[in-house]
Amino acid sequence: MSDTRVIKVNNREIEVPSNLTLLQACEAAGEEIPRFCYHERLSVAGNCRMCLIEVKGGPPKPVASCAQNVKDLRPGPEGAPPELFTNTPMVKKAREGVMEFLLINHPLDCPICDQGGECDLQDQAMAYGRDGSRYEENKRAVEEKHMGPLIKTIMTRCIQCTRCVRFATEIAGVDDLGLVNRGENAEITTYLEKAVESELTGNLIDVCPVGALTSKPYAFNARPWELRKTESVDAMDAVGSNIRVDARGREVLRILPVLHEGINEEWIADKSRFVWDGLRRQRLDKPYVRKDGKLVPASWDEALSLVAEKLKAAPKEKVAALAGDLVPAEAVKALKDLMGEIGSPNMDCRQDFAKVGEGDRRNYLFNTGIANLEQADAILLIGTNPRAEAPMINARIRKTWLNNLDVKIGLIGEQKDLSYDYDYLGAGTDTLSSLAKGEGAFYEALKAAKNPVVIVGMGALAREDGAAILNAAAQLADSVGAVRGDWNGFNVLHNAAGRVGALDLGFLPGEGGRDFAGILDGCEAREIDFVYNLGADEFDARRLAGAFVVYQGSHGDNGARHADVIFPAAAYTEQSGIFVNTEGRAQMANRACFPPGDAREDWAIIRALSGRIGKALPYDDMFALRQAMIAEVPSLGRIDQVGGAEDRFDASAAGAAGSLSSEPFVSATADYYLTNPIARASKTMAECSAVMNGAAKVAAE
Amino acid sequence: MASRRPAKDQPASFDWTPENKAWCEEQIKKYPQGRQASCVIPFLWRGQKQEGWVSIPMMERIARQLDMPYIRVYEVATFYTMFNLAPEGEFFVQLCGTTPCMLRGSNELREVCKKVIGEEGHVTEDGKFSWLEVECLGACCNAPMIQISTKDGDHYYEDLTPEILEDLLGKLARGEEVKIGTQHPGRHTSDPEGDNTTLTDPSLYDGSRAQPLKEIPNSAPKEPAGQ
Ligand code: SF4
Ligand code: FES
Ligand code: FES
Repeated sequence: MSDTRVIKVNNREIEVPSNLTLLQACEAAGEEIPRFCYHERLSVAGNCRMCLIEVKGGPPKPVASCAQNVKDLRPGPEGAPPELFTNTPMVKKAREGVMEFLLINHPLDCPICDQGGECDLQDQAMAYGRDGSRYEENKRAVEEKHMGPLIKTIMTRCIQCTRCVRFATEIAGVDDLGLVNRGENAEITTYLEKAVESELTGNLIDVCPVGALTSKPYAFNARPWELRKTESVDAMDAVGSNIRVDARGREVLRILPVLHEGINEEWIADKSRFVWDGLRRQRLDKPYVRKDGKLVPASWDEALSLVAEKLKAAPKEKVAALAGDLVPAEAVKALKDLMGEIGSPNMDCRQDFAKVGEGDRRNYLFNTGIANLEQADAILLIGTNPRAEAPMINARIRKTWLNNLDVKIGLIGEQKDLSYDYDYLGAGTDTLSSLAKGEGAFYEALKAAKNPVVIVGMGALAREDGAAILNAAAQLADSVGAVRGDWNGFNVLHNAAGRVGALDLGFLPGEGGRDFAGILDGCEAREIDFVYNLGADEFDARRLAGAFVVYQGSHGDNGARHADVIFPAAAYTEQSGIFVNTEGRAQMANRACFPPGDAREDWAIIRALSGRIGKALPYDDMFALRQAMIAEVPSLGRIDQVGGAEDRFDASAAGAAGSLSSEPFVSATADYYLTNPIARASKTMAECSAVMNGAAKVAAE
Repeated sequence: MASRRPAKDQPASFDWTPENKAWCEEQIKKYPQGRQASCVIPFLWRGQKQEGWVSIPMMERIARQLDMPYIRVYEVATFYTMFNLAPEGEFFVQLCGTTPCMLRGSNELREVCKKVIGEEGHVTEDGKFSWLEVECLGACCNAPMIQISTKDGDHYYEDLTPEILEDLLGKLARGEEVKIGTQHPGRHTSDPEGDNTTLTDPSLYDGSRAQPLKEIPNSAPKEPAGQ
């Protein structure tokens, strides 16, 4: 950055970019500035006054450092650098005064406040406040507000920083929150107290610096210092948001976002944050075996022996394996190796029948990268509702749209509220074909754009003509100049956390093998005798009935219900595993607590079974397994890295040219809150689903 | 003052009268494209003039008209105390309680309001009166004062005493004529009580003091300071 300025902070000279705020400049100089309303990712409100500092030569009063830019500082005499002070008596007095004012009405209920221990007001009152208050008047009380099933409000604690209002309006894109009334009566509310209609509401809890907005499901559960904190990766969608899992004993008590500029910035979506109660309900905590048509608990030994016996008896071409959406790469690798040992090519990880995953990795990745979306100036969405399938990516698109008034966004598929304006181009393949032929104004927009982006969702790929659509979309991207050496604007948006890892490992039908649909047909036609279902729940599992089915997973859902033997496994918070997000970024999820009962880590179960059938897999621990896996697919070892391919992406090789059916695209995610077994087990998610769908219905009427 | 909340009973819908609608369309034209939200206060005010108060359907109607989220209009309507969020009496008394009026006896006037009308913010059974304490209305020279809003407009009544106010309210209740403005027999508009006490010298006004100018004051360029 060329435009910098020399300033002095507490008598030390420092050079800073002149578009920084004074607050940022002081931080750059290593000084801490207390603040409440200022938040890096939100607009500046300048209403709490906690960030006051002294500016030499300025007006003889403290200055709100968050609301003034370095470039607006006046130089000292003879062009000397402007001087800022954060440690003078004036600053100290100002901070004490502001703090005393803030506390005039703030209740002293820290002992019963969930924010206690991680409250900005508590911390800053300790650090910058005076010892007591001179105000003896009664404090004001504010009525609680209803904000939906996730947010608990204790509005008496609110300090009117309006961070929540700015978050909702700017980042989430829902104009639901506001500051009503004035002065002493000012209060935060949603419009007529309806629930906040967004899938990012949980972040309001994080931005609120005090305990006014807290988590409803977590209310009165724990104190932050009692929790064991484990950084990990979210598995609720294919974005791979970075999270911190806070657990006490065997229970996960909450999930918080962890900063990752490339993925989720510092937010996470509600499903990622609030799904944790689903981790305790409907759990498979011991093996089950079907006897007389009923699933009854069994020992590991009994269950493994039975499965081994069946597996040995089945001819190898009659054995099939399925992998689900929440499975880490290690488990997929183990299962694939097992199938290799057995010699069966029947395996697939695409339970939605998506026609994607063959060939070059870039055929099925979100190649642009999430953070690079900010450079896009034309975005075409095909058969996807990113708001439901990948809320963090949707938030990024919104950010692009907010920052660049000229960005053109077009959508082919279901017309939904995405929190930004877009041109609705059409419902299905007709529109896509005409765009591909170079017709329509949006084609021109894409063509004229410097960094065009095409995003294809599972709604367009999980259908008969998916491969042809993939091909058409890739060709379109190529023809508008989205595929270049320095920019790859062709993107596939996945919605299953384990999918890309499984595709990278090639968990796909081998030579002459059956794909997912083929395996289901095979079961019905009695051509498949044995199915190993590794956590696939999002298809009609009744169709497996003709075969002997082993289900391995964490929750008693659709897949387990139709199994003959159940192997209880760990969920994503209970085992270490690599997940590859839709960008192709491998990330390591960590164990936050142990799986319940007899449940075991995914790979270990498969390894144990392999021993029972006399085809023991060549690794005895996770480390060896990972080594073998990375040797086979090096990209899985490049933790937190994307890209890597040097050659130019060949768009024509994506999918396969073919004719397109005229069916309109339907988003792959019907109900955002209920997309996987863990979410379906969660009471909180069920409540959200009921409230939001109810609200959507009312809005539609 | 307690937090202002919209009335429990809200009308099912709101629409402008034809002439107000035309007025709105005229107003919108005053603002450049994309800045229409600036009309929100005039619109709310016009709506209040039409209906006597600002209802939720009215706010929503205005929000749609100006392409604003509902909550933003709601914020404005709750911020400004001049917008009534519930129906008021036919005679809506706004009692100034700010310092000058307070020093001149607004506390006693408040007692009269309480006695004659009842609790603040409550409408009398016959629907005739309600009252609210407000901040300075800018007629401090004739403090204490009230403003009474009716369908026909907003009028000031100044130089009040408890007796005069009670009498005034009684007359209004009976539908009798009342005098608008100062109630002081010896005052004309906001002139001093009795007669003028300063600037009384007639020579100030007859031109006899005028003198020809010798030079235009401050016309000479200033010498730079310090030389
Ligand atoms: S609720 Fe929290 S975030 Fe919102 S204004 Fe109050 S203190 Fe700030
Ligand atoms: S942080 Fe600067 S005024 Fe609030
Ligand atoms: S103080 Fe009452 S009118 Fe100004």
